[in-house]
Amino acid sequence: MGPGRTDERKTTYREALREGLREAMRSDDRVFLMGEDVGRYGGCFGVSLGLLEEFGPERVRDTPLSESAFVGAGIGAALAGMRPIVEIMTVNFSLLALDQILNNAATLLHMSGGQLPVPLVIRMTTGAGRQLAAQHSHSLEGWYAHIPGIRVIAPATLEDARHMLAPALADPDPVLIFEHGVLYNASGELGPPAAAVDLDHAAVRRSGTDISLITYGGSLPKALMAADELAVDGISAEVVDLRTLRPLDGGTIAASVARTHRAVVVDEAWRTGSLAAEVSARIAEGSFYELDAPVERVCSAECPMPYARRLEEAALPQVTDIVAAAHRAVD
Amino acid sequence: MAEFTMPSLGADMDEGTLQEWLVRPGERVRRGDPVAVVETAKSTIEVECFETGTVGELLVEPGRTVPVGTPLALIETEPREPEKPRRKPPRGRKPKATPPPEAIPPPLPEPAPAGVQESPVAPPPEERPQHEAVPLVRRLARERGVDLETLHGSGLHGRISRSDVRRAAARQPRARITPLARRLAGELGVDLSTVSGTGRYGAVRADDVRKAAAGPATALVSDRAEPARTAAEPARTADDRAAAMRRTIASLMARSKRDIPHYYLSTTVDMAAAMGWLREHNRRGPVGERVLPAALLLKAAALAVREVPALNGFWTEDHFTEGDGVHLGVAVSLRGGGLVAPALRDADTLALPQLMARLKDLVTRAREGRLRGSEVSDPTITVTNLGDQGVESVLGVIYPPQVALIGFGRVVDRPCAVDGLLGVRPTVTATLSADHRATDGAIGARCLTAVDRLLQHPEEL
Repeated sequence: MGPGRTDERKTTYREALREGLREAMRSDDRVFLMGEDVGRYGGCFGVSLGLLEEFGPERVRDTPLSESAFVGAGIGAALAGMRPIVEIMTVNFSLLALDQILNNAATLLHMSGGQLPVPLVIRMTTGAGRQLAAQHSHSLEGWYAHIPGIRVIAPATLEDARHMLAPALADPDPVLIFEHGVLYNASGELGPPAAAVDLDHAAVRRSGTDISLITYGGSLPKALMAADELAVDGISAEVVDLRTLRPLDGGTIAASVARTHRAVVVDEAWRTGSLAAEVSARIAEGSFYELDAPVERVCSAECPMPYARRLEEAALPQVTDIVAAAHRAVD
Repeated sequence: MAEFTMPSLGADMDEGTLQEWLVRPGERVRRGDPVAVVETAKSTIEVECFETGTVGELLVEPGRTVPVGTPLALIETEPREPEKPRRKPPRGRKPKATPPPEAIPPPLPEPAPAGVQESPVAPPPEERPQHEAVPLVRRLARERGVDLETLHGSGLHGRISRSDVRRAAARQPRARITPLARRLAGELGVDLSTVSGTGRYGAVRADDVRKAAAGPATALVSDRAEPARTAAEPARTADDRAAAMRRTIASLMARSKRDIPHYYLSTTVDMAAAMGWLREHNRRGPVGERVLPAALLLKAAALAVREVPALNGFWTEDHFTEGDGVHLGVAVSLRGGGLVAPALRDADTLALPQLMARLKDLVTRAREGRLRGSEVSDPTITVTNLGDQGVESVLGVIYPPQVALIGFGRVVDRPCAVDGLLGVRPTVTATLSADHRATDGAIGARCLTAVDRLLQHPEEL
């Protein structure tokens, strides 16, 4: 893998997502993108910039400001044999489409006795950190991970941003993709995929022996930074990226805890009833006799996300919080 | 002048041993101050004074055992202050003559609760320490390890009742042990009660257990092998000790059967010569110096092990280390249940009468719980003699990290072939349990045949 390889280049999370969309639309003409401002404006976060020009208004469709309507339209298109990709601006707004997602997309296969699969992909932005205040900043992916009948994924790396869409489209059931807002500008080298990117397994992003930092999405970079700091303190932290929030890869979690015997779960959502709670519970259920310290959780403060920068920083899990939690578990 | 008497610290206590005075003559004491340490059949207890005043003459020396009620010391009391109620009775409620049912009324059915014979009236409330409680409650608190100073009584005048103590005991945190540490302790045979935790809030963690396991033979079957506890903690009751010993035996034996690949050999030894010699020996000597068959068997085992040193020592960290002498661990079952195996040090060098005397002494002290540290810590091989329990053979479980255990059953008359004829002879079944990691059957066999050979020449033992 020499430096001269043409397919290894500097890119961003945003561009990686766009490459994934472009590839999907090029390779399958049943695939189309729709959502608020995805066409002319290029997407609220610039992900679909240039796709209207390349694929035309039939396949890159701007929709009215009605999440319920365009998600419902996506479900209908999927039932009719298309492979729609629906973009919802933020997870907060997705609540307007929750009825479509929970009562239709997630249930139709079951209620039709297996006759009506819904091969729909819904992309949306999640998370805080950009001073967008309490109506654009929450992390509600854990709520979706509660729902049987859908798959919930959270790409946290350039590679996953680039390559998770294809298996998501190939999945016969609805797949929700949560793109963390602070990751869009993340940049780095993106090589060819080391292996086929699957939607079934969590990934160990860094190996360690003393503690498992279990996280996903926008908190992954923080956990990796925390692992660097902990290494300075002589603590070897393993970082597990959940990647798929439903169904959770319990095996990878258990294997990591079996190696380290301690765990910190980092989740930008509110602690109560969170995905962090689910992961902690699974560790308690399945890895109880491996635990050498209580499981620690680092989550957001249980308040609407503040607008003021300092307050928003204070409300979110930070590297220092993760380091402190790890010390509590190890020291 | 009042008398401080040997208190009854339980319905079944009729005497106690004064272990130590905590006060000297002339010293001022207040009601509730601990003044003496008394040892009962169950535990050692600090006894409080029930009077405020000055200690006069001490009537009983430490070490003496006296019946309950015996005066132990004189206390010069001070004149009482006039009694006044500490609290007004709540409005609208008649002051009750009897305390609520949870509070135990002072006149106990048993001999005088404790301490001073005079002063049948309750002392004035001002003098009461905050943790006013009757002796029964004090005893419960001691047993449960509850500090009365930390309690607020729910009874009349703030008196602490038994249910107050039980509630407090239920609130006390259990020892904090992480799940992994608990599992490891089971796997490594570490007695968790001997491990001190380094985690948050003193939690015992996996590393603590590993360190304890790596340390010198910590898991000895003896409550003496748990130092450092007794000083800080309240005296444990006999039940606690028995339960702790059971747990220690459980983990040690489980570790043995899990880690040690045992092999077993057995042989029947003709005891005619030995028993004949013994009868003759005992007939000549005074009654007090009689030698029991057990002593012969132990001596034979010790000499046999000296001939086969591969069985005498320890298997640690994947290699065998020979013992620095033949220290026979003699399994002694305790009357209250449980087992200790203190060492009969250098048993191979002891003459029989000497060995017999040492054995008697060892068994007596083991049953009294007065073994010395060296005796519990370094047996190099264990001998278990279940003959006195009436069984014919025993296939024992090896004491880790030892590598062998010799077992003897009862000396029993059996029909056997002797010189081509059928005869009835006293015989004993000698067995060997040995660690197959350290030795193989051929070596074990040498040991048992040596035992057999040695017992045919008892005069040489």
